[in-house]
Amino acid sequence: MTAIEAKALDKKFETTVALDKVTFSVEKGELFGFIGPDGGGKTTLFRILVSLMIPDAGSARVLGFDPVRDYRALRQRVGYMAGRFSLYPDLSVLENLMFFASVFGTTIEREYEQIKPIYVQLEPFKDRRAGALSGGMKQKLALCCALVHRPDILFLDEPTTGVDAVSRREFWDLLGRLKDQGLTTVVSTPYMDEARRCDRVALMHRGRLLVVDTPDGITGAFDRPLLGVRAKDRYKALLALRTYEHAHSAYPFGEVIHYTDNRIDAPVDRLAADVKTFLATSGFGDASAEPLTPTVEDSFIARTEEAA
Amino acid sequence: MSDIAIEVKDLTRKFGNFTAVDHVTFQVKAGEVFGFLGANGAGKTTAFRMLIGLLQPTGGSARVAGFDVAKQAEEVKRRIGYMSQRFSLYEDLTPRENIRLYGGIYGLTLAQIRERADAMLQRLGASQIADTAVRSLPLGWRQKLAFSVALVHQPHIVFLDEPTSGVDPITRRQFWELIYDAASRGTTVLVTTHYMDEAEYCDRISIMVAGRIAAMGPPADLKREHNVESIDELFVQLARPAA
Repeated sequence: MTAIEAKALDKKFETTVALDKVTFSVEKGELFGFIGPDGGGKTTLFRILVSLMIPDAGSARVLGFDPVRDYRALRQRVGYMAGRFSLYPDLSVLENLMFFASVFGTTIEREYEQIKPIYVQLEPFKDRRAGALSGGMKQKLALCCALVHRPDILFLDEPTTGVDAVSRREFWDLLGRLKDQGLTTVVSTPYMDEARRCDRVALMHRGRLLVVDTPDGITGAFDRPLLGVRAKDRYKALLALRTYEHAHSAYPFGEVIHYTDNRIDAPVDRLAADVKTFLATSGFGDASAEPLTPTVEDSFIARTEEAA
Repeated sequence: MSDIAIEVKDLTRKFGNFTAVDHVTFQVKAGEVFGFLGANGAGKTTAFRMLIGLLQPTGGSARVAGFDVAKQAEEVKRRIGYMSQRFSLYEDLTPRENIRLYGGIYGLTLAQIRERADAMLQRLGASQIADTAVRSLPLGWRQKLAFSVALVHQPHIVFLDEPTSGVDPITRRQFWELIYDAASRGTTVLVTTHYMDEAEYCDRISIMVAGRIAAMGPPADLKREHNVESIDELFVQLARPAA
């Protein structure tokens, strides 16, 4: 069953192209991620899908509803968590929840089973003003409010942006549990490492989908020899690598430099030996080079380079 | 200017009964890239605000660029650059106008400003966009420009608060190359980030948990000592009990 079907969605703001022929579909029960930097069009796309904005062209179906024509019916069935914290900071945790429940004509008691896994984490703070919660707790409260009317599909716009690494993990653990209950969830994030938590992801950049696939499908399609280079003076080694005649790209990834080579068909072990020799003769006797498995971020970089 | 850019001893800040920063002690050497990590609410921002002279400590001391942040905040401000995550450049002004504004605030002459603006724009490869309103530039460009503008008065130390949040992967790496470049010319860099891979670009990092420094050192040493594969893993290990 298809939960979302989007065809050639276009949206412009004056001269800025926010969405450029965006086409994709999401299956029921999927945890689907839109991954990409700010300004890529993620928020615009979400607003269109939850009926808060009208596209310039193209069409969409969400749970079978047209977000433009059937917006009233659709709004009863979607949960939406906006990118900016949009709860009432002066109301307590409990008051916020009661408010959102009442807007949808229900009560916390009636929906307790649905929100329980999250609510138990919020319960110790139920009388605290929402504005006084930590970043991670605010996001959990917002998620709880988006779920309180038992939606069939959940849209979360950058729920983990600016949230620390520990709270990010906890948040994704919660999304995993909702998925186990069968909820369809669409989530956006600028953190490439979070792609691994999704069933399928769309890499999004400058209003376009670069690719839609499983995380393994995306990294599996990476077709250049990739080496991890280590050297004591990383910065100088990075600059040196870029002058190597066969170099395609060299970027720092944590303590390792990710290096790709232009000799696409050569055995990667031979390339590693070549690169090590080049670095040794350039004054980096301590350098090492080893074949690497690409990450989603490597794929994103390669695809944006191609698109440029 | 001595070899020590920042010297912090038992730095403490209380808000009522709550101790946001609790007897924090560390030193940063001139030319070092020092990563300042911590969970939301661990006290990073409070510590940062004291170091840049915007918030008075309630205990301990901090010397930044040789001056006491509690008693000589204006002297400190003259010698540091600061780039905040949210607001860094005036959007209605062009990059060249922003450079002129900040240069003027820091007391540079018009000739100095002109010279540094040209050199900066050329180094960034930003000459074509020098006269375009910042509002219409992509986020990546803005952040690279904001970093350069924070350096326009050639400060001893530059403070960067989540400078790469939401920036695309290529620009994020270009940004770090600007940091390396500044550090290689002697500028001390203090940076906060939520990208754990960026923590590994730092010479040394500190991880704050509940107002205290729970771990500090070069990333490779910390990983070895705590027997973890990545700084991400270490961060979760240290911060989880407090969460």
